[in-house]
Amino acid sequence: MSNNDKQPHYLNLFRFHFPVTAVLSIGHRITGAVLALLIPVLVYLLALSLQGNKGFAAVTALFDATWVRVISVFLIWALVHHGLAGVRFLLLDLELGIARPTAKMTAWAVNIGGIVIFLLSAVILI
Amino acid sequence: MNHAIYGLRSWLLQRLTAVYLFIYILYFLSNLLFDPWSDYQQWRGWLAHPAVNIATLLFFAALLLHAWVGLRDIVIDYIQPLAVRFVALVLIGTALLAMGGWAFLTLMAVLA
Repeated sequence: MSNNDKQPHYLNLFRFHFPVTAVLSIGHRITGAVLALLIPVLVYLLALSLQGNKGFAAVTALFDATWVRVISVFLIWALVHHGLAGVRFLLLDLELGIARPTAKMTAWAVNIGGIVIFLLSAVILI
Repeated sequence: MNHAIYGLRSWLLQRLTAVYLFIYILYFLSNLLFDPWSDYQQWRGWLAHPAVNIATLLFFAALLLHAWVGLRDIVIDYIQPLAVRFVALVLIGTALLAMGGWAFLTLMAVLA
């Protein structure tokens, strides 16, 4: 593009005002990537748990450790956030909740729902 | 298939797999919360039911397809140089296929 030298570039992300819907959207992407990285762990735990009594015991013992529970709380949060934001996107695909005020409300609902689940699972697990 | 329609196929696949994953996770969680498996025999027995076994196989198939569409979107958005993009997609695709094979063998072994 010929105008590139003259156009101002402003990419300081820390000084942007991001609407809540934008935060939700990038949260959906980030949680998705994090969860995808966990797929090997998931399959490994499945395989381990099916390796006889010892394997099963090893997996249950793993979840007795506090650090595992703390990480699990964050992962549950990631899963719930990703899932709820996903449902919101599905509804948007069906053209439900597109009006801007509604979209903002549902975005906040997802964020708050995620935090509620985070706190609940923290209480239950830790 | 008409080239232009590939986007639609991925879009649809991502939504359909999402719905299945959601339902399976709720089913799994309800088992975990209301009727947890207390030992290896119970756990293995649950997965040995053909219906549960196949549903779980489908879960992993759906998970890998869903992850593929999502991760490919991320690569396409943030990696422009074609060579790097190609390598990234090949690595991710291979890793996901390997996970699928591993999950498949694990679940098949339960039925044996």
